[in-house]
Amino acid sequence: MLLLGLVMTGGLYAAFSPATAQQAQTDAQLVEQGRELFLVGCSSCHGLNGEGVATEREGYNIGPSLVGVGAAAVDFQVATGRMPMASPSHQAPRKDPVYNDEEIAAMAAFVASLGPGPAIPSEEDYSVDGLSEEERQEAIVRGGQIFLTNCTACHNFNGSGGAMPRGGYAPSLKGVDEKHIYEAMLTGPQAMDVFSNGNIPPEAKRDVIAYLKSLEEEPEYGGFGLGGLGPVSEGLFAWLIGIGSLVGFAVWIAAHSTRSKKDKVEA
Amino acid sequence: MTHNDPNLPAVEGDPIADPGLPAHEWRPTDVDERAERRAERQVATFFGLSVVFAILFVVAYFTFEVGEDADTLGGFGASTVALGGTLGLALLLIGIGIIQWARKLMADHEMVEYRHPAASSEEDREATLAALDAGLQESGIGRRPLVRNSLLGAVGALGLPAVVLLRDLGPLPWSDDVVDPENGGGLEHTLWKQGERVVRDVLGTPIRPSDLEIGDLVNAQPAAIFELDENGHHVLEGAPLQVAKSKASVILLRMEPDDITHGRGRENWTVDGIVGYSKICTHVGCPISLNERTTHHLLCPCHQSTFDLADSARVVFGPAARALPQLPLAVDDEGFLIAQSDFTEPVGPSYWERG
Repeated sequence: MLLLGLVMTGGLYAAFSPATAQQAQTDAQLVEQGRELFLVGCSSCHGLNGEGVATEREGYNIGPSLVGVGAAAVDFQVATGRMPMASPSHQAPRKDPVYNDEEIAAMAAFVASLGPGPAIPSEEDYSVDGLSEEERQEAIVRGGQIFLTNCTACHNFNGSGGAMPRGGYAPSLKGVDEKHIYEAMLTGPQAMDVFSNGNIPPEAKRDVIAYLKSLEEEPEYGGFGLGGLGPVSEGLFAWLIGIGSLVGFAVWIAAHSTRSKKDKVEA
Repeated sequence: MTHNDPNLPAVEGDPIADPGLPAHEWRPTDVDERAERRAERQVATFFGLSVVFAILFVVAYFTFEVGEDADTLGGFGASTVALGGTLGLALLLIGIGIIQWARKLMADHEMVEYRHPAASSEEDREATLAALDAGLQESGIGRRPLVRNSLLGAVGALGLPAVVLLRDLGPLPWSDDVVDPENGGGLEHTLWKQGERVVRDVLGTPIRPSDLEIGDLVNAQPAAIFELDENGHHVLEGAPLQVAKSKASVILLRMEPDDITHGRGRENWTVDGIVGYSKICTHVGCPISLNERTTHHLLCPCHQSTFDLADSARVVFGPAARALPQLPLAVDDEGFLIAQSDFTEPVGPSYWERG
């Protein structure tokens, strides 16, 4: 089966690779274009029809089924460079995207056609630009409370990310596109829980994003933030650099003392 | 070297001759009067500069507004840098001045201090023991057990007034006058009761099972946390609110119903694959919602206790001794999630009386 998949992937790649250039006119064409890209770049792990590829060990897979994950999941995974993965693993690191926007849209359209799932959010879903200054402040405060209740456990109170079991990690949320934060909540990528619109309503999601963006804009009043990782990095800095340099300075003071060869003249 | 101390063994002359201390070398300030005066001026300059920076601190305090010009000076803010810099330099210059003073001007003669045994002399010790013994003999405490025992009784009875007086330092948290099971008082009760709606934390909105998708994790509270009185004020506020939340916080996770291994007698505690557990770790009570959707393992970040949410939240790793208490869930007439009852066991870490 795997061999067949590989053979077909290679064959289809040879047959359809110039297809990226053509302009998708209709939804059907877009889906077809996405299917071709999918067969080349994704099907070795996710199956020729996005049904996933199971391993012999029960309950595990090389790539999960994509039926019903929706366009939002594709847009998040591919546009943040997580997919295609360099190798199968439970941690998909963020990297430079492999596909351009047009190709991602086509693949998203194809995966969305496999089964109903969350669509890619539009800008009015996550933007606070239309709000007055006061409403925006309220949104940031409310978003902060929601973030601290639902997200901080893994992503740190500052959105700096944190460690997860078995060598995994929750990624930093700094510098992540608003749309991608929204899609991550919507779809629950990799080991992350889902925060669907029934769980955290769209407006609350927008507030969480407004809060995260306000963190990025906030000047560091306290000086060096040390990555905002909390007491570990701060304690390490205080003990090693702070107290270490004080000890070094004390040693330097005690070791350097000018002495004269002259004898004291008693008055 | 010889000594006169009777407590130490006699020394039969030193096997190696004591080389003594090396000849003392004086500092330039000890031998040169001009250097001494120069050092004096240096120290005074440091102290004087400290005064200048202390005054500059006051000036900066009134010149720059706190939080203003946050983009100046590398994004730290003019006020922050000016206040920190001037006060830091004022303190540092006092320190440098004192060290300079000690190193250049304070007395520079070397001293030798010999160690002596810490114990008292033999005579003193004997005299003290004799005095103690005489006291015991004269008081007759060994010969008069009636006096001795009644004294012990009197001193022991003094503990009773102390107990009575200090009793109100704190009623036991589970004693009758504190526990109000109806309103979730005490260690064994929370705000959850039969029919209590499960609402989203922060938002306070009730939840329908159909709102949630497979893999949805909800941080939830009992509706009573967000209850308003007739004037629109929160019924629970301040410390009572925190106490109530710290016991009643739950997490809901919706998973494939087939993945769930129901505990004995808990077969009807879930709704459409939605399970509810206390959010308070049973080890030392950290709130936990660090869940891996793919493994449904909930990890406590404090000490890495890990609970399997598909299997009655049993402990799969870490120091926690008990599974997270499970909240029995049901749906009310309007289709919202409710609790069937309070938790069937106390939430949070173990305590003495819990057994």
